[in-house]
Amino acid sequence: MDEVIVEYIRRTVLKIPRDEIMAVLQKWGFLSEAQLQTINFRQTKEGISHSVAQLCEESSADLKQAALLDIIYNHIYPNKRVWSVYHMNKTGEETDFFDFRDFKKKFRRQIQSALINVTINFREYEDNAIWIRIAWGTPYTKPNQYKTSYVVYHSQTPYVFISASVLRSNLPLLCQAMVVASNYHDIHEMELRSHCLNSLKDIVFKRYSQNFQTNYPLQERNVLTENVDLRINDENRSEKERIYRLNQESFGNGPQPKLDFAQYKLETMFKSDPKWDVLEKKEPFRCLVKFSSPHLLESLKSLAPAGLADAPLSPLLTCIPQKARNYFKIREKKSLHPGSFMQITFKDHCRV
Amino acid sequence: MAVLRPFDKLPELNSATILLVGAEGGPQQQLAEAMLREKKDFNINIHLASSLPLPSERDHLRPRIDLIAFVIDIKSKYSLKNVQASLAYVDVRFFLGKVCFLVTGVGRANNCSVEMNAIWKLGEDYCSPVIFCELELEGIRVATAQRLLRMLQICAGRVPGVSALYFSLLMRNSAGD
Repeated sequence: MDEVIVEYIRRTVLKIPRDEIMAVLQKWGFLSEAQLQTINFRQTKEGISHSVAQLCEESSADLKQAALLDIIYNHIYPNKRVWSVYHMNKTGEETDFFDFRDFKKKFRRQIQSALINVTINFREYEDNAIWIRIAWGTPYTKPNQYKTSYVVYHSQTPYVFISASVLRSNLPLLCQAMVVASNYHDIHEMELRSHCLNSLKDIVFKRYSQNFQTNYPLQERNVLTENVDLRINDENRSEKERIYRLNQESFGNGPQPKLDFAQYKLETMFKSDPKWDVLEKKEPFRCLVKFSSPHLLESLKSLAPAGLADAPLSPLLTCIPQKARNYFKIREKKSLHPGSFMQITFKDHCRV
Repeated sequence: MAVLRPFDKLPELNSATILLVGAEGGPQQQLAEAMLREKKDFNINIHLASSLPLPSERDHLRPRIDLIAFVIDIKSKYSLKNVQASLAYVDVRFFLGKVCFLVTGVGRANNCSVEMNAIWKLGEDYCSPVIFCELELEGIRVATAQRLLRMLQICAGRVPGVSALYFSLLMRNSAGD
């Protein structure tokens, strides 16, 4: 058991960028300052990890300490995992006082009643965030420390952020445990997923700068007329200002939350010239459109000013933060006019 | 009038005007600033447009245009389409040496969206020189600005003995047949 734990600690240390290993180990607090001073940080990461493993073996690190290191690593680098957002509902009354100990007990009991071979660790952070690390086993095998799920729960909110990683079959059990432990009634998955945990929090807690439609134009200085030389004449200045204004209305002023992709599942009828009669059967044309980007919302925001799309952008794209979702299903609009559904016009085939 | 005509207006004293069409945003602006920084002995006006026709409400304020440079970005098919659509709004007499095509983005060959054949054909169909450059690099930007400035001087008639038509024929014949 010991070597497994020490190896696990070593591999966790290997994941950390070299310049930050010292800071992470200090935060961990298991190794004393004196012990940390004995590590030579000028050698390769492989060497550093072996030194740390050696020290941990001498100090008899146990599973709890190893799990704590893993939690700290994931708290500092949450963007290595994909996070999904879940929303919990409760019927009626106000929330009672949140008791952390009670929560932990109920959570652990709920999971272990179904599956005894799990390792569960909790850590509470200053912003009322509770991080839960679960290492899964099976009814016949011990928990595999490399197969972990993470849950981040802000106790004052009904939102839960789950990074399930490989074992999706344990997800229902996890959700059930969350609901029971936090005294809610049910939980459902929101159609919102991303690598950047903080951006997901920004979106659901409404912490990003939202656009407010005003009837009175803002009095700030117009960025475009800061233009220097009078010898340079922009013929399309008024058009550019219009696009800039529309963009500001759609996206707001501040930095956008960071999302990786938006996926649109189309179940609409194929519209073509009736005399061609392309599709014999009048079935919905199934199509999946996925926009990927290192920073999706910023790229969408820069489409119109770059001249690659018409302004204003389709509301299907601009509603992503407000609706807090990046998976959409578009069905046929049941309206009187048969030819009406939303159209997105793009002038070029490009990666957004 | 929607169509740009070369000799519709009277020239201004000691000045020349160039119109850069296409490729919105940074590269155009930076090229304009580079041109302004060059040493020259006449006044220069630079007009930037994303496409033609130009908005008609500022028509009376606009000076006579001596040189039109259509900027095509190799990374974007849309910029080529935009330029091709804009060419319809240029009077045919401009093509006697007062038009050139500026192709930018050639530094990134792996991001090429526009075929070279299409560009050569464009240059041949419209009898105008094609200049390749990479506007994102400072040095090449300055060099391109100098070339455009020289062409502008000739097109505005400020170099005695050399006319725009003569110069464009010179450029085309030396481009390699």
